[in-house]
Amino acid sequence: MIKPVMNNAPMDTVNFKRMINFGWLFKMALRDSRRNRGRLLLFISSIVFGIGALVAIYSFRYNIQNDVNEQAASLIGADLTINGNKEPDATMQKLLDGLGDDRSQERSFPSMVYFIRSQSTRLVQVKALQGAFPYYGELETTPIQAGREFKAGKNALVDKTLMLQFNAKVNDSIKVGNETFLIAGVLNKAPGQTGISSGIAPVVYIPMQYLDKTGLITVGSRINYSYYYKFGSKTDVEKLAKKLDPQLDKAGFSYNTVEGKKEGTSRSFADLSNFLSLVGFIALLLGCVGVASAINIYIREKIQSIAIMRCMGVKASEAFLIYLIQITGIGLIGSVAGAILGTSIQHLLPYVLKDFLPITISVSISWMAIGQGILLGLIISILFALLPLISIRNISPLNTLRLSFDDTTTMRDPLRWLVYVLMLLFIASFSYLQLDSWASAAVFTLGIIIAFLILTAIAWLLIRFTRLLVMSSWSYIWRQGFANLYRPNNQTIILTVSIGLSTAFICTLFLIQQLLISQVTLSTGDNQSNMILFDIQTPQKKGVADLTRKEGLPILSQVPMIIMRLEKVNGKTAADAKKDSTLNISQNSYNYEYRVTYRDSLTSSETITSGTWVGKAEPGKDIPVSAEERFARRINAKVGDKLVFNVQGVLMNTYISSIRKVNWNKISTNFQVVFPTGSLEDAPQIHVLLTHVPSNTVSAKYQQAVVKQYPNVSIIDLGLVLSVLDELLGKIGYVIKFMTGFSIITGIIVLISSVRISKYQRIQESVLLRTLGGSRKQIFAITALEYLFLGALSALTGIVIAVGSSWLLAKYSFDMAYSVNFLPVIAIFFIITLLTVVIGLLNSRGILNRSPLEVLRSNA
Amino acid sequence: METILNIANLGKTYKSAGRALTVLDNINFSISAGSTNAIVGPSGSGKTTLLGLCAGLDSASTGIVELNGINLGNLSEDKRAQVRNQYVGFIFQNFQLLPTLTALENVMVPLELRGEKNIKARALDLLDKVGLADRGHHYPAQLSGGEQQRVSLARAFSNSPKILFADEPTGNLDAETSEKVVKLIFDLNREAGTTLVLVTHDLELAAKTHRIIKIKGGKLIADDKTGNE
Repeated sequence: MIKPVMNNAPMDTVNFKRMINFGWLFKMALRDSRRNRGRLLLFISSIVFGIGALVAIYSFRYNIQNDVNEQAASLIGADLTINGNKEPDATMQKLLDGLGDDRSQERSFPSMVYFIRSQSTRLVQVKALQGAFPYYGELETTPIQAGREFKAGKNALVDKTLMLQFNAKVNDSIKVGNETFLIAGVLNKAPGQTGISSGIAPVVYIPMQYLDKTGLITVGSRINYSYYYKFGSKTDVEKLAKKLDPQLDKAGFSYNTVEGKKEGTSRSFADLSNFLSLVGFIALLLGCVGVASAINIYIREKIQSIAIMRCMGVKASEAFLIYLIQITGIGLIGSVAGAILGTSIQHLLPYVLKDFLPITISVSISWMAIGQGILLGLIISILFALLPLISIRNISPLNTLRLSFDDTTTMRDPLRWLVYVLMLLFIASFSYLQLDSWASAAVFTLGIIIAFLILTAIAWLLIRFTRLLVMSSWSYIWRQGFANLYRPNNQTIILTVSIGLSTAFICTLFLIQQLLISQVTLSTGDNQSNMILFDIQTPQKKGVADLTRKEGLPILSQVPMIIMRLEKVNGKTAADAKKDSTLNISQNSYNYEYRVTYRDSLTSSETITSGTWVGKAEPGKDIPVSAEERFARRINAKVGDKLVFNVQGVLMNTYISSIRKVNWNKISTNFQVVFPTGSLEDAPQIHVLLTHVPSNTVSAKYQQAVVKQYPNVSIIDLGLVLSVLDELLGKIGYVIKFMTGFSIITGIIVLISSVRISKYQRIQESVLLRTLGGSRKQIFAITALEYLFLGALSALTGIVIAVGSSWLLAKYSFDMAYSVNFLPVIAIFFIITLLTVVIGLLNSRGILNRSPLEVLRSNA
Repeated sequence: METILNIANLGKTYKSAGRALTVLDNINFSISAGSTNAIVGPSGSGKTTLLGLCAGLDSASTGIVELNGINLGNLSEDKRAQVRNQYVGFIFQNFQLLPTLTALENVMVPLELRGEKNIKARALDLLDKVGLADRGHHYPAQLSGGEQQRVSLARAFSNSPKILFADEPTGNLDAETSEKVVKLIFDLNREAGTTLVLVTHDLELAAKTHRIIKIKGGKLIADDKTGNE
């Protein structure tokens, strides 16, 4: 029985303070989602890939952190290492000999080795070792004992890549300088060594007692002196190292400890993972656009249901909470799915990156990364769904009586502005976490705001211009297609912004990737040098040149090279620069060994950017030198500033007469500092010769001849270096493409959700057109025209923004020359436009394939 | 008889293209508890707007709407929502069932909102009264128009409203189904002692009520008793 109505209840019986019943809200959220789960898939997919990318990178980061902590000692192989690139003086030697409970030392330098059996040569990093190093970890060799026993005789350990390259076997012989060594073992891994470093400069270990006999230690040899120490457990190595630092610094030596190595290694991984996270973040930002679009569609579809609930007495806040709970739930599912995806794909990252890393990477589930990913997914789902969600508060129950087309999103709503601020804060904070600099994060956020404003302005202008453009003389299809861009309820602004932003993100990523790769691609045309001989002593200069000519090879360039250090910049020494940071002089500039040359003119790869080039020094006066622009920046110097160089104990007073721009990509002998003639002719010098070898056979024959006659001369075969670089770039490219793939997938999902928004605006109209006799073909053409124009304009605007932002990034972030490869950019333009049209048409397919009556009924 | 709805000097003006458009002007009437009333008028006369204002779905530009002694003009939309939940039932031309909820859940919503107990039994009882006891677990899309309107009726009576507003309740139904639904509305109304206000074009339907209020051009032009008791 229905209860009879009670007598008039007084006003105070209305419970205006009804408490929010969360249980019921959850129940309603669940009920309401039942028949919409397919639609919510768009929303989920927008974030799955972005979260997946970030969880993978975070997991990778945490695993590396753990691995670095566990393997740090074996990274340096000792408790303390001291390094320098000059021989220690007597005081320094005394200090070095007094440290540690056990000590080892090493001299390392680049040199040619000759594989006797295969009669081949190759530039390697020779390491002459004395003592029991490494104290932690080991020289991993085949056979195992070779790593410990090779020092007992005239033996060598040869890097495995070299062994493979020259098909060498254990017990073969190699010649290092004048001395022949027996290969005692294959060197698989040494402390701190990466796959890439052994590819570029493979290592050959020899016992130190035979170093002198090789005859490779001569004037100008670039030798690195390393000292390894093991301490008893009672010694505080960190404290000791800090105490030694001033003395070491003064003598031009540096130190490293397990802790220091740990920090340094973690830092360099942080750089790598921050870069990858930023790429992942772009996928996530696209996801944010996707979330906003998908929820926008969803709430539009829900207006009627919300109005019904409001009629029945649901408060605005309750309606808002029902959908907030729903979005949070779906966001949680999406984030968990993303975290699962990320945890699965993190297995691929160590595989892709293993050559860059000096440690063995473990793959394990990182709950921290999963937690962070899920939290981030939740924040994004809620934050970027908030704009459409808060509009729920403004949905009037009157919609039940007549569907109101009133905009439920009012710009005067203060909450709306609060959401905008929160979004910007989120983007800025997250970018800060990736970029580690508030300035960069602010620029990044500002860039997004500018892109957003440009796209909105373009769309606004489009609406106005199209109105003026459409002529009554046009055919109906063209008029209708274009008029759709400005008629009421058009989607021009939202589609232009979302498609344009997606295009801008993807295209910027692509352009930067192209720039980074082109930056390291060295050109090796027929007339360019592809072989460099260095460490040629002055008496050998003529002989080497004659030998080169005898082999039928050209001498493209032969220049003298003098090694020196920077002593003072405008009277300020290294100690002054350390004390006074306002001088802005890099400390490394004083420690570095400069290889400089002297000549009377500039080469084709050099251009003067300020000052005047002076080709001849005047006796008795300060020497005019030309500084390369990046070097000048590092020492904070300009034209006219005075520099004092130390050439093996002799101080040379110079001043900067000019600053040069050098094209480092061109293979020629380029220098940071160039002296004029009449200044360094009498200084101890070595020579560099550049030639071009036409084939590998000629190269091998020539290298053998040089090494046989001049064992101290080192040869860089650029063909070999380039093949290693190619492999390296291929791997870097793969990592970037792998990460970009996430952005592209997300971009397509966002495109689908953006175009779907417009579906709801066009249904009624298309149905009416069909009812009035419009053919499928006509409606198809009208729809195609509208999306073609929108897609093309949005993609074009996005690309223009991408060109601008990548130019800014190239100039201010990567400091490199900018160029755009237009072909792929044009391809991006056509792909995005085509995708927009295809998705638009696919969306309308449902209407085109059904009878008008059927659609009218279902929309009634 | 006690007054359940009191309308005094009611006016509604919308802004359209920068111009003020008066939809309702100086409407005055009151409705007694338990009575049945019809608001009739041609299209665009303002009758649906009037229904929206009477039921507290919108706020008036001028004048007073007093529902069960409560001046709706003084209340925020959220407070009006609570008044609706407590005192008002609705029947719409387009049925307006929540598409994602089953018939039973649709009937339960107003009761759940009030936090009442044993609501399932009550909702089932109401569905039984409208002849849909066996269709409780169907979604609106699985029901015919007439069945949807009957579910809507069960929902309208579920919170034992003091006043029931019906907007063209038979507008989307065929003649045979309309007749059944109208009979149900009046039977349930009589049984529960609810006040009924219906907006309709259908003069035959209007004639079944106690009173017909005629609106034209936003003004009340006639207020006649039909003689039905």
